[in-house]
Formats: sequence, C-alpha cells, structure tokens
Amino acid sequence: MKIPLQAIVIGGGLGGLWAALRIADAGFPLQLFSLFEVKRSHSVCAQGGINAVLDTKGERDSVRQHIIDTIKGGEYLANQPPIKSLCEHAPGLIRTFERMGVTFSRTSEGILDQRLFGGVKNRRTCFAGASTGQQLLYGVDQQVRRLESLGRIEKFEWWEFLSLLQDADGTCRGIVAMDLRSLEVRAFPAEVVVLATGGFGQLYAPKTTTSTNCTGAAASRCYQQGARFANAEFFQFHPTAMLGNDKTRLMSEAARGEGGRIWVPRNPGEHRPPRSIPEGERFYFLEEFFPAYGNTVARDEAARAIWRVTRQMGLGIGGSDRVYLDLTHLDRGFVSKRLGAILDIYRKFAGTDPLNAPMEIFPAAHYPMGGLWVDFERDASGGMRPGSPSNQATNIPGLYACGECDYAYHGANRLGANSLLSASFSGRVAGESAVSYLKGLVRDSAVPSERMLRAEVERQTAINQAFMESDGPENPYRLHRELGELMTSKVGVVRTNPDLEMALEELQRLRERLRSVHLGDSRTWANQTLAFTRQLRDMIELAMAVARSALERDECRGAHYKAAFKIPIPDGTFPGDPEYEDYRMRWKTNNDRWLKTSVAEWTPDGPRIRYEEVDLSVYPPTDPRDYR
Amino acid sequence: MKEWIHLRIRRQDGPETPPYWQTFRLPYAPDQNVVSVLMCLRENPMTTDGRQVEPVAWDHNCMEEVCGSCAMSINGVPRPSCSALIDDLEQPIVLEPLPKFPVVRDLLVDRARMDAGLRRVKAWIEIDGIWDIHEGAPRISPAEWSASYLYSRCMSCGCCMAACPQFGPQSDFIGPAPLAQVRLMNAHPTGRYDKTERLHRIMASGGLSDCGNAQNCVRVCPKEIPLTTAIGELGRQTTLQSLKDLFGQG
Repeated sequence: MKIPLQAIVIGGGLGGLWAALRIADAGFPLQLFSLFEVKRSHSVCAQGGINAVLDTKGERDSVRQHIIDTIKGGEYLANQPPIKSLCEHAPGLIRTFERMGVTFSRTSEGILDQRLFGGVKNRRTCFAGASTGQQLLYGVDQQVRRLESLGRIEKFEWWEFLSLLQDADGTCRGIVAMDLRSLEVRAFPAEVVVLATGGFGQLYAPKTTTSTNCTGAAASRCYQQGARFANAEFFQFHPTAMLGNDKTRLMSEAARGEGGRIWVPRNPGEHRPPRSIPEGERFYFLEEFFPAYGNTVARDEAARAIWRVTRQMGLGIGGSDRVYLDLTHLDRGFVSKRLGAILDIYRKFAGTDPLNAPMEIFPAAHYPMGGLWVDFERDASGGMRPGSPSNQATNIPGLYACGECDYAYHGANRLGANSLLSASFSGRVAGESAVSYLKGLVRDSAVPSERMLRAEVERQTAINQAFMESDGPENPYRLHRELGELMTSKVGVVRTNPDLEMALEELQRLRERLRSVHLGDSRTWANQTLAFTRQLRDMIELAMAVARSALERDECRGAHYKAAFKIPIPDGTFPGDPEYEDYRMRWKTNNDRWLKTSVAEWTPDGPRIRYEEVDLSVYPPTDPRDYR
Repeated sequence: MKEWIHLRIRRQDGPETPPYWQTFRLPYAPDQNVVSVLMCLRENPMTTDGRQVEPVAWDHNCMEEVCGSCAMSINGVPRPSCSALIDDLEQPIVLEPLPKFPVVRDLLVDRARMDAGLRRVKAWIEIDGIWDIHEGAPRISPAEWSASYLYSRCMSCGCCMAACPQFGPQSDFIGPAPLAQVRLMNAHPTGRYDKTERLHRIMASGGLSDCGNAQNCVRVCPKEIPLTTAIGELGRQTTLQSLKDLFGQG
C-alpha cells in the first residue's frame, strides 16, 4: 500500500495557517504544530491593517505604486519579483479573507473601507476595527477548524519543534518535537516541513512589542542545522510604544495615520501638564523634519527622530526617554471608533485616557525584516512563477519558511500594514510550493530509517537531560533579561562598531554562562523552565547572527543605522541641483558595495557572513529614499 | 506607599495531584500587573517563609489582552492577568487557576473544550476553497458590521465559561463563548446559508436551553462582548427554527 506523503506545518499564526489550508486543500495529510492553541499566535497583535490596492478612494492608487512603495520602503534590499507578486495578489487575498467572514470595517455603502498608513500617500490599508490581525487570524483559524472537523488537518497544540530530521544529504525528512506537558520527545517523519514560527523580538525583551513566544528559537534551530539566515541585522524599532515592566505595548501607527501628532515641549525644563502648554511652545518635530510626510513618515525615520530629540537634543519629557503622541485635538467619537483598541490598551495598561491627555511613548523592537533565507523562481512577467517549488524554499531541501520567520519581502525596512499581507501571502505560497515539492518527489514515502529517528530523539533528549541535571549559579530568566538589555543598548536603534564588537563578546559570555544554569524545577511534567531554557540557548545563537551581521555592514540602510557611515542628503538641495546629484553619485557607489543580502551561516565558532546580489529587475534603484 | 506585593497562589503539580497553597512577597514597584509580577517571581521563587520552590507555571503570550492566554482567577474573579494592574487589586492577591477547566499544572489549564464547542457549532463560513474567486462577499451595512464586530473579538480566554454556573465538568453545556459565535456566523450574508444546521446543533442536549440566565458571563467578559444579547437573539432564532421544523419548512 502506498502511504500518502505527509506534510508538517510548524506555527499557527497567519503564515502557518494559510500554508496549512493550502496543503490540506490539495489533499495531503497535514500535521500542524504549535506551542499553544493556534488562535493565540502573535498575529493577533497586529492592530492597524493590511495593505491591498483596491483604489476605492478616488486617489488613482495602483498596484505599481504599492510595489514601488514596498521596494523603496525597504531601501531596495528585498528581491523584487516576490514583492511584485505580493502586491499583485493582495486584492485577491483580501477578497478571500472577506469570504471567510473577516469583519473588515465598512464604508457607508457597505464595501471595505481603507485608511492611510505610514510611508505611503494613498489610502490603501484595509482594517477591521482596531484589531485587524486578530480578525484575519480568526478567519483562517475558523477554516482550519473546518478542515480539522473533516479529518484533513491534525493539530498538535502544546508541542514544541526541537529539530529537523535530516537525511545524510541534508534533505529534511520531518521533525522532532516535544510535548510541553508530558515532555515526551518524539520524531514525526514527513516529506515536507513548512516553518512559520514568527519573529524574534524576545531578543530585546522587555523592550519589545512582541509576544513572549516570539523567541526565534525555531528558526534558530533550523539555522544551526544548516539553514541560511538572511539580513539578520535589519530589525524594525516601532517608534510608538508605551513602556512597561513585562513588555512595551505597541500604539499602532494608525494613531499617526488618523491624525495623531508627535511632539515634545520646546523647553526642556517644562513642568506644566501637556494640554496647558501653548501651541507655540510645542515642538512637532516630525512635521518639521519631514514636511512632506509629517507624522506619517516611515517607522525607522520616526524612531531615529525620537532618539535624536530625546538623546541628542535632550528634549524628552522631563529629560527621560519619552515623547508625546497626541490625539486630544481630534474628534473624540472619530478617535474612539477608529482607534478603539489603542485607547483600550493605553487606558488598561497605563491607567490614563489618551482622549484627555497625550500618550507617552518611545521606540521598541517590533519586527525583524531578516529571517530564514528563502528562494524564488522568476517568471517571464517578472514576478514569482506560480506553483514553483523554489518559492519560499530554504536552502535545506524539503524545508520551507514563510511569514515573519522568512526574510523575503521587506528588505531593510517594512512598511506598516505590509506584515499581515506578507504573512498571508507567503504562507499561501509556501503551502503551494510544498504541494509542488510533494508532487515532484520521485520516492514513495519511504519512512526515514529508524536509526536516524532514534539518533535525533536521543540527541534532543540528552539536551533536556543536561539542563535538568545542570546545577550552576545562573538563572535562565535573569540571563534572558541580560540578553534583552544587551541587545537593546548595543544592537538597537542606533549602532556603532565598538558597541557591536562588545556585544559579540558579551553574547559569547552569555552562551558560556548558560552552561552553568540551574532550572530550579526538576519535574518532568509541564516544566516551563526547561522549555524556556532551551529557547534561550537558541536565542543567544540567533543574537550572534544579528550582532555579527550588524557589525559587518558598514552603512545606513533602512532600520540598520550607523551614524559613522551616513550619507546625508545635503540640506535644501533637490534632484537637479549639482550638490544633490553629487550626493546621488555617492549613494550609488555605496549601493554598489552594500546593496546586497547578508547571509549568515552557523558555525560552532560563530556566524559566518557572506553577501548575495539582490534581484532588482522590477524597479532598479535610481532615486534615494527621500521623506522630506 | 506600599512596600510589598503579597501573593497567595494555589498550586498543583499535575492534573491528578491535590492542590496546595503558597504565599509570596515581592518588593513593590509601580506599573506592575499580575503577569509582570509572576515574571519577577520566577526569577527567584521563594515563599514568604523563605523556602525555595519551583517557579509557578502559568500561560501568557501577548500581554495586551488580545490572545486570551493568561486568564486566571484573581481575587475570585476570572480575568486576564496581563490587564490586572497591581495598584487596583486588594492584597494579598489570590491567584487560582481558571475554574471549570482541568488543571494542567499550577495556574495552567486545558481549554480544549472551547475549541470542541466551536467545532460542534460549525463556527465558520463554508467557503469553496481558499483560492480567489475574483469577488468578495456581499456588502455589509456599517450597522450590521458594528453589531457583528463585537462578537468577532472573542479571544477564547474562557472567563465567561469559568463564571457560568451551568458550565463545568459536571455538565455538557457548551457555554456562552461558542454560542456567541453562532450569533456571529448566522448574521453573515453567506454564513447564513448554514444557519439551520448551527441552530439544530445548539437545540440539542448541552445547547442553548441549558443556559440558566445567571448573566455572569457578560459581567466578566474582558472584551465586553454582549453575550446575553447573543443568547437572547439565539433564543428567538431557535424558537422560529422549531416552528419551521414543526411545519416542515426547515
């Protein structure tokens, strides 16, 4: 009897669920792994919206413009054929979400409403109240439940992916996972695996907007088994987050899109409550620095402007790391309706009402543009060839990656509301590619050798055993706090080479200190400290890839900023001016050197970085990004 | 100015072992919530009487009250722990696992029954496939949208189920959260096509008629979802449905 070819998807966010639906739709048996119930995945945190050109606002918006905005937003670092396909398929994805019953916000005519988001000039962002990510995830979660009830998807919730099963030639033949309750370590043979395990904001904890499960451990495990990790140095710091002890909570960019203004008092010694400070004594610095975009300037520019105003000009509120994000000048009903979730979050977690007093915010680690390196196949139209098994494929045969854990769509920086889009699109593409891969396999589903399965299970069990028996002075949760502080201060919004070198040395020390950890929990049932310590080990490996990639890239591009290598636009000059054209030449020369994908490969002695050409076939870089 | 945060936590080593209590004392800091305090505690889990114990197991993820993970009983009230601000709570703060659900360990519970409830009522739209059919769904008026959006924010935290006197290990009552999803799906222009089947599923044993109208659910829902309004609407829908069934107009 021929055994049907088994597929595995790891991760239950938007990317993973789209991939799962696509594979199950094609009739292949699918096992879906998640650390928890899939509907609790980090996708629910995306508040603002999802981009798709519907051109329903009389602004002559076009797919071409969406493509260009995405390419330029990423400072040309992303391969362009995948972006082209992403933007072209966005409206179709929205229509499909709508059929799933996603509660998109409506115009008075009952069609999908669209709003303005950062980094663009047209209203292009669909939204569902102020909880768009949650609504989109529930749409696919419901469809997964439908297929589950038909027996076409089997869920393994509360299981953690530990490692890949690999043939002698490196081909992926399944996974080893651990039941987070019984701690059973088990091999799951499969012919194809899709990794959709999200980002790694927890490297910066607690100064990150991401959920506690966004450790990047799963991607790091693949990286340590030979998967390439690309553009690791590009991490987006969201400019507007409220500080907290456990995490920093995102105040969506929609707050700026809907008219929110960012300011500080002009007088650093200001003591009056914000609303009693006259207009003339307020410094609306984004509006002054970036007249064309004002408060809706792209995230990296906004984050650095806040850094400049607080750290360099010393104008933070009360001398601290905080600036105002003000909604109090807007209509209360309008704000309540459009930004309900933001208001709720702020009231709930800060105890004050943004309708009555401006919010206080600061940048926080939000979204990694980098991730597992994935391939694509370009077709004659210049986009990705539909159905190609190369799309979203990692360099490990049989392993695909999608969503926030891949590096493919956002280059050096991501536009707001493009993440829900790329997660959904890349998930569907990865699913499609996995199907093509399965159909193209010549072998029957020969179960990988018992010996190989047993060896990998034993290797993973030994790691558990070592941690359980380790009895040193280190506490894993305190080590994690140290990791977060180190990454925030030395591999953060603004970077210098001496800091990065120091960070690498400190990471090496953290790696060694983890060997003398004491779990403080010897139970073999639902031992969260064991699972966390394993994650921490892999977070440190990933942090090294981030710091090493950042050290080697001597330029400013998108979210990666080293002041010593900045090529500034000469003040008051514009295209055509000799000084501007001279600047353009320097910008081009820099591109010749640095407009390249950085690719990290794991070695026991630390990451090795090499560079790869970017496919610029859709919109070659002729113009520097200019948000003035 | 407080100096300490006092915690009293009900612990349990596994599903089959008896629960026991431990008390803890942590230095006070402003802007703390129950999750951030539990995070501090796990770095040095020592009881008030100086015993080093195992870290408390609990579930949390987004800490923005949108993933639903961290619900537990706090001073006797089921609620998400991330949004339970320490300054608003009476001390000692009593933490217990979310009632009605089987305990996995300490404050960690198994909410698989919520998922089973959603499967039972077919809480989804029957779409032909996830490919693009080159049109969206029918239009929805802003008024209908606002009514439905309230229900689509349910994050399956389980607070309403924990507070419901009818729901629990002793009964097969499906509970308020899945019922509200029937209201949501039945209102959608194409979800409506399967309205009859969903109604039949909640007209069976363990369905709508087991609701005792205690109205606890709507009082504890952290997202202020009008659960009792949904249950009322479903009451009318099922009454109409039974008349249709009676007169063969299913």
